[in-house]
Amino acid sequence: MSEPLLRAVEVRKSYGHTEVLKGIDLEVHRGQVVCLLGPSGAGKSTFLRCLNHLETIDSGQVWVDGEPIGFRLRGGKLYELREKDVARQRRDIGMVFQRFNLFGHRTALENVVEGPVRVLGTDPDRARSEALELLDRVGLAHRADAYPAQLSGGQQQRVAIARSLAMKPKLMLFDEPTSALDPELVGEVLAVMGTLAREGMTMVVVTHEMAFAAEAADEVVFLADGAVVETGPPERVLKAPEHERTRQFLARVLS
Amino acid sequence: MAGAEPLPIVRLKHWGRWVSAVVIIVVLALLGFGLAQAQIEWGSVPDFVFYRVMAVGLLNTVVLAVVSQAVAIVLGVLIALLRRSANPVAKWFAAGYIWLFRGLPVLLQILIWYNLALIFPTISIPLPFGGYLVHEQTNVLISAFTAALLGLALNESAYMAEIVRAGLTSVDTGQTEAAKSIGMTPGATLRRVVLPQAMRVIIPPTGNDFINMLKGTSMASVIGVTELIHAANNISSNNLLVMETLIAAAIWYMVVVTVAGIGQHYLERAFGAADRGPVARAGRALRGMPLVRSARV
Repeated sequence: MSEPLLRAVEVRKSYGHTEVLKGIDLEVHRGQVVCLLGPSGAGKSTFLRCLNHLETIDSGQVWVDGEPIGFRLRGGKLYELREKDVARQRRDIGMVFQRFNLFGHRTALENVVEGPVRVLGTDPDRARSEALELLDRVGLAHRADAYPAQLSGGQQQRVAIARSLAMKPKLMLFDEPTSALDPELVGEVLAVMGTLAREGMTMVVVTHEMAFAAEAADEVVFLADGAVVETGPPERVLKAPEHERTRQFLARVLS
Repeated sequence: MAGAEPLPIVRLKHWGRWVSAVVIIVVLALLGFGLAQAQIEWGSVPDFVFYRVMAVGLLNTVVLAVVSQAVAIVLGVLIALLRRSANPVAKWFAAGYIWLFRGLPVLLQILIWYNLALIFPTISIPLPFGGYLVHEQTNVLISAFTAALLGLALNESAYMAEIVRAGLTSVDTGQTEAAKSIGMTPGATLRRVVLPQAMRVIIPPTGNDFINMLKGTSMASVIGVTELIHAANNISSNNLLVMETLIAAAIWYMVVVTVAGIGQHYLERAFGAADRGPVARAGRALRGMPLVRSARV
């Protein structure tokens, strides 16, 4: 197999005296979908936020497409980057948040256009037509001029996905994208994510949606207490888990 | 139980409202009657309103207030950013700045700037290789107007710093994270995402402060700046019609304050879009309320 697109090595992170990530390793290859599962407090979201340097890690490394995130490799040493340079690295890593976090003072279309125009310097007219295409892909072309407050949670999350895609990222991170949604709106967001997965987007997804993991994931990683308990294809980890901890968790969420 | 026939409803009679309305009107009428006994030459008030020196006073009041507020806003944003910085020295400095300039009475600050020449007869900023960038007598450098401006602006900047800080804090951290996630730099995040949404919280108290500032310029009369109060005193020192000239000044204050209030209203409306920020976060509760926007704009 080729070099993985994402490689996390021994990622450690503590808040005060509490170690929330106890040396996590992860490899994600191009076009792969990896779901991170586990009980709340397992460190899934924290780990995901380390992947685009929203959280700084205490030790270990995160490599995306051969670049150490948050650092510059020179002469065998990793030099910490300034926030401005980290921003450049983040262009290639999309992120979708549990609480959507659409810019409240901008319309759906403006939310999607913001990144390409302001960050990538794309021509505004071109960015606009591309943004409209993206909104069409997530089924919201007709809501382009709506403000976030006028959209349902599911619609907001789909706009948020379009906003990330507008940056043409190599990698997409999803942080519990359906957890803040009413049950009847979960489906529309998962459908968009499923399509994205089939189209070959590389995705790391923190989720509690076992059905999505079973269907879309190439690999699931089960985390508990800041460590990887078990990794493997969904049909094995979800159907025949090897570890007691995984079994207990699955018994609880699937019941 | 009653049949198909609907029973008539007798509405509650709000006697208390009638009584209090009558009391208020009677009190106002008595007050008006009392005021009518005042020995005021009403006829001269319109003249004083349009006296030339009043126009000068009005201009100085407005210019002093606008420039002071503008300087205060710029300084306030800077101090607020320092206050939120990760640098402990910057934080400490900002806290000290606010403590000092908010703590001292404005009048005292104006007097200190005005009398600076007593302790620093000249102000010099030397250049590294000889010569001066600034080398001037303090009295020339700091006129009465400049002293008033410094006093008002620096005092207000301390308040603005707190207002701006509250505004920045009111914007959900998720907004900053979303901006970061699409590769925006910290500066762009502040300008494009955080500040516009903070305006919703910043504008109303800033409007209040500006109205206070308009009235606060009256303190400049103490050091001889010809603003409205000083202009009124100028007129009355000639004709001894103290109350009439003060009423003329009062009319101008009300005009200026009313105009500022209207301006604030439109400014708040212009930034109404930012109001959708927190609403969006409460999106779940507002589902099915497509009129949210039109109701606000």
